[in-house]
Amino acid sequence: MTALVDEQALERPPDDCRSPKVAGHPTSAIRRYLRSPKTIWCPGCSNGIAMRAVVDAVLSLQLDHDKIAVVAGIGCAGRVAQYLDFSTVHTPHGRALAVATGAKAADPSLTLLVVMGDGDCVAIGGNHLIHAARRNIDLTAIVFNNSIYGMTGGQMSPTTFPGDRSTTSVWGNVEPAFDTCELAHAAGATYVARGTSYSYMKLVQAIAGGIVHRGFSFVEAMTSCPTYYGRQNDVPTAAAMLEVQKARAVPVDKFDRDGPRLRDRYPVGVLHHVERAEYTSAYEEVRRRAQDRSG
Amino acid sequence: MPQPRRLVQGNEAVAEGAIAAGARFFASYPITPSTEIAEVLARRLPLAGGHFLQMEDEIASMAAVIGASLAGVKALTATSGPGFSLMQENIGFAAMAQIPCVVVDVMRGGPSTGLPTEPSQGDVMQARWGTHGEHSIIALVPSSVLECYTLTIAAFNLAERFRTPVVVLSDACLAHMREAVALPADDEIEIVPRAEPDWDPDDVRFLVPSPDNIVPLPSLGSRHRTHVTGLVYRLTSGAAETGDARVAQTLGRYLREKIYHHRDEIVLVEETEMEDAEVAIFAYGSIARSARAAMKWARAQGVKVGLVRPLTLWPFPTAAVDQMAEQVRTVIVPEMNLGQMSWEVRAAVAGRAEVVDHGRVDGKLIRPEEIQELIRREFHYHRWETL
Repeated sequence: MTALVDEQALERPPDDCRSPKVAGHPTSAIRRYLRSPKTIWCPGCSNGIAMRAVVDAVLSLQLDHDKIAVVAGIGCAGRVAQYLDFSTVHTPHGRALAVATGAKAADPSLTLLVVMGDGDCVAIGGNHLIHAARRNIDLTAIVFNNSIYGMTGGQMSPTTFPGDRSTTSVWGNVEPAFDTCELAHAAGATYVARGTSYSYMKLVQAIAGGIVHRGFSFVEAMTSCPTYYGRQNDVPTAAAMLEVQKARAVPVDKFDRDGPRLRDRYPVGVLHHVERAEYTSAYEEVRRRAQDRSG
Repeated sequence: MPQPRRLVQGNEAVAEGAIAAGARFFASYPITPSTEIAEVLARRLPLAGGHFLQMEDEIASMAAVIGASLAGVKALTATSGPGFSLMQENIGFAAMAQIPCVVVDVMRGGPSTGLPTEPSQGDVMQARWGTHGEHSIIALVPSSVLECYTLTIAAFNLAERFRTPVVVLSDACLAHMREAVALPADDEIEIVPRAEPDWDPDDVRFLVPSPDNIVPLPSLGSRHRTHVTGLVYRLTSGAAETGDARVAQTLGRYLREKIYHHRDEIVLVEETEMEDAEVAIFAYGSIARSARAAMKWARAQGVKVGLVRPLTLWPFPTAAVDQMAEQVRTVIVPEMNLGQMSWEVRAAVAGRAEVVDHGRVDGKLIRPEEIQELIRREFHYHRWETL
């Protein structure tokens, strides 16, 4: 019996997710996609930059405003669901990808943007991340990685670097940090990109590429938390934290894969992109075959 | 015309009932003794144009069901005790955000891994109080294969009508039992469809939800661009609001009252031989079958015993128990736990009658003879023919 999902047969020409045309839009245009101009984010927090990048990506791609659903989890990043004026779901902590999976499977015409923080995505929601990636379901997961639990007041997360201080690693973190992009890649994500809040347009590009890509897209947006991360780790200002991002980010084509990672430097850009059968299309195919077979 | 009589298994009847009710999405994680529901739906749903998803765990299963329902598709999951525990987080979210969905819990012995293949009624309180926080919920409890079908349909109708998760409490005995049944035809059953929002998305000023005005849930991807949240929110706009105690109080009361206010519409109770009963048996689910046999045995000997069988466990059938308490001197409550519902019965009876509980947690059904013995004690002056 032939495999129901024949990867060769279903392979389509590569989508143009590596270089979608993006542009920055004036604040007046961005505002139309916000429910309120106010947020509860601290001064200097770069979540606002990452959220604006999401809107710029949507505007650049000229997507139908009403067909976009933003599903977010809990934490500082999760607040995005409250602020963006799309169909939005503010799910329980860690469950955003699982809720989005059900929504996409039930209505494949939706464009689903799943916004999570690092704790949300790779700690409490880690199991959902690897399985959503494995399924290659057409969602765009966007992780605002600030390496800290900000909403609860500065505890270490799975992306806190070893040695760094937090309210729960007072003497220095002893645990290694996840490279979330490597994790998503290994689990089966077919588009993996990283950007920083320092290089804004590149972040917009990374997110837009993820939305264009048909399959599970994973975008890590490096953000900064001066209030809880910076102050505990001798990076006292918001600007200094962005400088750290600039210093660490290396374009992927210039990145030395064998060199030191993460804490000192990380690749940015499209890290991984392949075409593989997308879940909802594959399911549709199976449904057709089942209906044909049963007459 | 009902469908032709055939042998149907309890789990199969749940699956068929879900499809008849219009469910087109199912997500679950395999667990005994509920697995056949997934197996039947994995086959049937694609044929019906629906979607079957096997998720990575029960947390994700419940989350996916919520996602599908938000996308406008009637959805359910099925599980057993350990999975039901994992689902509580998202059941609470569905209750808070008012997302219609159905959760079938095929009860097995617990706690923990417990007795995976043996029946239990140990989750009846978890169905009511399993989540953190305050909310109301609806839980239905079938006693037969036919009711596995009809109450699954009823569960979907109630979920849609009241925008709430509804729990169907089956058990390992009922799930794997086969009975010859003539399932009703599609034109014999009433289906409540997903309600469409009937207001202008640009003008939500007149949206004032109340227990008498439960407004429809706009689907994801509609012009309404609705916000769904697990935070306390304003009923009028859906916007999260955690800084105003009045908003939290209004929402909390509403979540309770939207169901309690409609008890009469929701609660189903079957009363048998209650007109002149001196002693009543309050029994539900599989155990109601043993209770009925014991009642018939007693009646055959001229002893006035009746049966009160709730099909709705939550909201609790207070009115029926109230009436029973005014009439009988003793209520016998046999159940496959150590008296969970008997506490609720005791509270409603409020001292007007004696409440005798009888529980088992060994994974064995309570036999009619056990209940007969309890009846015999209540009528110790009667000249019994046999026992």
